[in-house]
Amino acid sequence: MSPVLELAGASLAFGERTVWSDVDLTVDAGEFVTVLGPNGSGKTSLLRAVLGQVSLTAGRIAVLGKPPHRGSRDVGYVPQQRIVDPATPVRARDLVRFGVDGDRWGPGHHDRRARVDELLAAVGASEYADVPVGMLSGGEQQRVRIAQALASDPAVLLCDEPLLSLDIRRQQEVTALIDATRHATGTAVLFVTHEVNPVLPYTDRVLYLAPAGHAVGAPDVVLTSQRLSALYGTAVEVVRAQGRILIVGDDGHVHHVEEEDE
Amino acid sequence: MFQALATDMPWWQRIVDFTDYGQLLPLVRNSLLAGALLALVGGLVGVFVMQRDLAFAVHGVSELSFAGASAALLFSIDVTIGAVIGSLAAALAIGFLGSRARDRNSIIGVLMPFGLGLGVLALALYPGRAANKFGLLTGQIVAVDSSRVGAMTAIAVVVVGGLLLVWRPLTFASVDPEVAAARGVPTRMLSLVFMLLLGLAVAMAVQVVGALLVLSLLITPAAAATRVTASPLWVPVLAVVFAEVSALGGILLALGASVPISPYITTISFVIYLVCRGIGRRRRRQGWVRRAVPSVSGGAVVR
Repeated sequence: MSPVLELAGASLAFGERTVWSDVDLTVDAGEFVTVLGPNGSGKTSLLRAVLGQVSLTAGRIAVLGKPPHRGSRDVGYVPQQRIVDPATPVRARDLVRFGVDGDRWGPGHHDRRARVDELLAAVGASEYADVPVGMLSGGEQQRVRIAQALASDPAVLLCDEPLLSLDIRRQQEVTALIDATRHATGTAVLFVTHEVNPVLPYTDRVLYLAPAGHAVGAPDVVLTSQRLSALYGTAVEVVRAQGRILIVGDDGHVHHVEEEDE
Repeated sequence: MFQALATDMPWWQRIVDFTDYGQLLPLVRNSLLAGALLALVGGLVGVFVMQRDLAFAVHGVSELSFAGASAALLFSIDVTIGAVIGSLAAALAIGFLGSRARDRNSIIGVLMPFGLGLGVLALALYPGRAANKFGLLTGQIVAVDSSRVGAMTAIAVVVVGGLLLVWRPLTFASVDPEVAAARGVPTRMLSLVFMLLLGLAVAMAVQVVGALLVLSLLITPAAAATRVTASPLWVPVLAVVFAEVSALGGILLALGASVPISPYITTISFVIYLVCRGIGRRRRRQGWVRRAVPSVSGGAVVR
């Protein structure tokens, strides 16, 4: 059986600028891969490549053994939380419904209520199914987003900074939910984030994209002062304290893990 | 229209007057038909105008539609054709040049006075009746004849049919563009298609309520509906009902009166909006729908 996601010698460049090159990564069903790296290192571009929105400059990418294409139901997408106007007439259940059949033509006459209810229940969002999305908290919105992404039974769930602008508690809840989901459904997870610590307990492997190269491996192997210093081409220190990781660099490029405020 | 104001009737009788109502009614059959069609289109289009934040674009398109209609009047071609050409040109320009909100607003801001200026020029050169001139700006529904009803029906069929066809992906792309794009929804194409449908709807409205008041049927009813419900079924249904009440109610009230039709339509539509806002505010304070966890604490509870 082909792996859920496969990148072989994958390279991406925009004009003169090489974003990343020669990435080899094989993701199996149920695996949790965390994608780290500073801004501009091509984390989002990687997701866009999996979505079939950008083409590689070189190498190969495959989802379930086939080249990715736009609108594939094998790929689920969880975006970062954003402010929705409370007056927008879209309820939590409508957002999930988009995930079920929002890409089809016509006004939609089939009754999908049972499926939507099932998806909402799976993420613990049944309680606010009829609340307009703009009136949900950030954490609630992200739960609904996960239900939406799961609607097509994806083989891989792409999470694009889903923790951004959530407080620490919600970050932990959302990551725990994504972890529970991959165990329940067997979907693989490709998790792009700036916040290392909430995802660390669940991460099987890290893909670290950096200015001077990239690294793939278990968190303990990749997230070391030596490896990251080599990836950045400058001195970087990885500090471990109380089971959490702090990455400190001597220039502005290195991302900083935010302090817990509780 | 305006000339009649010079009579010595008391002012209130000029605004509401039901004498000879039975005889007048058959004369406005076409107008009622046109009003009903416009309200249907306006209510449905308005739902997406709200979702896509295009209120200003509607106004911009209507000014160019006005320019097109005025030019048509001047050159003695069909006013509907002129209105449609003006609308579609504006809609395409906005659709192609302004995919981002900020670009879009500046483009509309540039187009709008230009269109209005062209329209004023055409009207100034037009030798015909003054009522026609004002009609394109402030509404002239009483002048709707059978051939124009035919043209409006054709436009309404295209707009409603087009909207039904793209309804689901357009809603997805309007309220959730990022995920819609990730799911392969052709967001850019849908945006252009919607601008064209919007242009047609505006061209219809300009001939009935006039360029300055298009918003009263293309936005106010949908804005009112979103105040009282968030259901994807009830928002369009209520928007259409509100638009119908405003348009038909306005025409019937204006029938015996000697002032233009638009103030009636705009007032009814505004009152509906105010009522819905009031209801919406009360519901909002109660948390919209009942749920165990109060919305302020944002309780996403792990179970």
